[in-house]
Amino acid sequence: MSFQSMEEYKAYCVENNLSMWEAVLQADVEEQGITREHSLKKMQNMWKVMKENLDNYDRDLMSRSNLVGKDGGQMEDYLEKGETLCGDFVAKVMANALKMGCNNACMKRIIAAPTAGACGVIPAVFVTYYREKGISDEKMVEALYISAGIGNVIGERAFLAGASGGCQAEIGSAAAMAAGAITYLRGGTIDQAFNACAMSLKNLMGLVCDPVGGLVEVPCVKRNVIGAVDALTAADMALAGIESQIPVDQVIDAMREVGEKMDISLKETGIGGVAGTPKAQEITKHLF
Amino acid sequence: MGNIFDIIGPVMVGPSSSHTAGAVKIGNIASQLFGETPDKVTIYLHGSFGATGKGHGTDKALIAGLLGMHPDDLKIPDSFELAKEAGVDFSFEVKDIKGAHPNTAVLILEGKDKSPMKIQASSTGGGRIRINKLDGVEVNFRAESNTLIIYNIDMPGCVSSVANELYKHQVNIATLQLYRDKRGGRAVMVIETDESIPEEAVKWLDDVEGILKVTFLNVSDYK
Repeated sequence: MSFQSMEEYKAYCVENNLSMWEAVLQADVEEQGITREHSLKKMQNMWKVMKENLDNYDRDLMSRSNLVGKDGGQMEDYLEKGETLCGDFVAKVMANALKMGCNNACMKRIIAAPTAGACGVIPAVFVTYYREKGISDEKMVEALYISAGIGNVIGERAFLAGASGGCQAEIGSAAAMAAGAITYLRGGTIDQAFNACAMSLKNLMGLVCDPVGGLVEVPCVKRNVIGAVDALTAADMALAGIESQIPVDQVIDAMREVGEKMDISLKETGIGGVAGTPKAQEITKHLF
Repeated sequence: MGNIFDIIGPVMVGPSSSHTAGAVKIGNIASQLFGETPDKVTIYLHGSFGATGKGHGTDKALIAGLLGMHPDDLKIPDSFELAKEAGVDFSFEVKDIKGAHPNTAVLILEGKDKSPMKIQASSTGGGRIRINKLDGVEVNFRAESNTLIIYNIDMPGCVSSVANELYKHQVNIATLQLYRDKRGGRAVMVIETDESIPEEAVKWLDDVEGILKVTFLNVSDYK
């Protein structure tokens, strides 16, 4: 069982009378030849580790290049003043995205979701939502399955690595994975979840992978913020009944086309985009 | 459906699945193939490993793996200090390796009463690796399933001895690869198996005429 498209994913749900998350669980069980309990236990552990990782953030730690590390703490301090433009919930999502991005750069433990560079998007949306809204752990594990199912289709039809398709493939995919799952958690239909995926991907389409000095730091850490917020806005639009005029599979195909056309200097080579600016060149010269 | 735990996962220490997690795995597999933690290791970093390895902690990750750590070990950033405490002498050099994958490392492991081992491996993305060369002989395996590696003299009978012994223990061969440097020279067999191979079988194979060295990578040992 392999979902080559979101349409196929939906058809599998309908034919087998399964919810979005159970379809992914069942497909995983069939594919890997493991028990349902085995798969569930593994995903429950992922959820536990995801929460722990976020709590292990150390605001005093800087990365080896000294470029990032304190950003999560700064956002948290600002948030406590209660003057954020985005409001409390979104500001918390932003702080958590920064924390995970910094954790990654500072060689702390993370879960690649779908990649290490984009490791902050899903925890920022999921853990914040779980803690602020008092959601059960079981529901959050379901959300992880849905994210994995969406990521799997994007990986099959397009790509998940910055070196292959630019940042849209990493942060964009992570946003789509979070958007579809959070729409489900909010009680959205499968069509609404898919609309959220489509909108979040479209809104980050074309994003290039341009890490300064080739490091997963600048602009990667902050891009986790926009990925997480993109997921929330797409989910809210979908839940409002707004539809993506372009079906999600076609959006994924378009992302692939854009990624393929993207110049090599914009695909994790540390040459173009932000990495190519005079300041970035200066930073790179003084690295190590 | 590909493995969903490649999409949500792996659990790893940052910052990069290819430059950090993959590097830990390369070090770990190198130590396992060597049979113990080496006393001395010389590491050559090629391509992107050489260019951005330091910023990605590739150097620390390789040493962490050599010490037996896995990609999610929180002690990875401290591996240099831990290696010094353990008396492991290590050095790094950036080197261009012709035709190699951009994320490639060559490791030369040395230990007491042991001949040195040279291994060339690449980190191919998502924390996955590929072993390209063992002691100068080209090989090609991922170290993701149980893998039996046999160094032998290129002569008739070696493959059949191995196949018979595996059959005796009801071990099924999933894939079998044979390599040699020249006719009658040094050969390497890389055999991926569905089941684990009992220690007695590994010992027995070690004594077979023409077989120089036997190593078994048990993936259940590797998370």
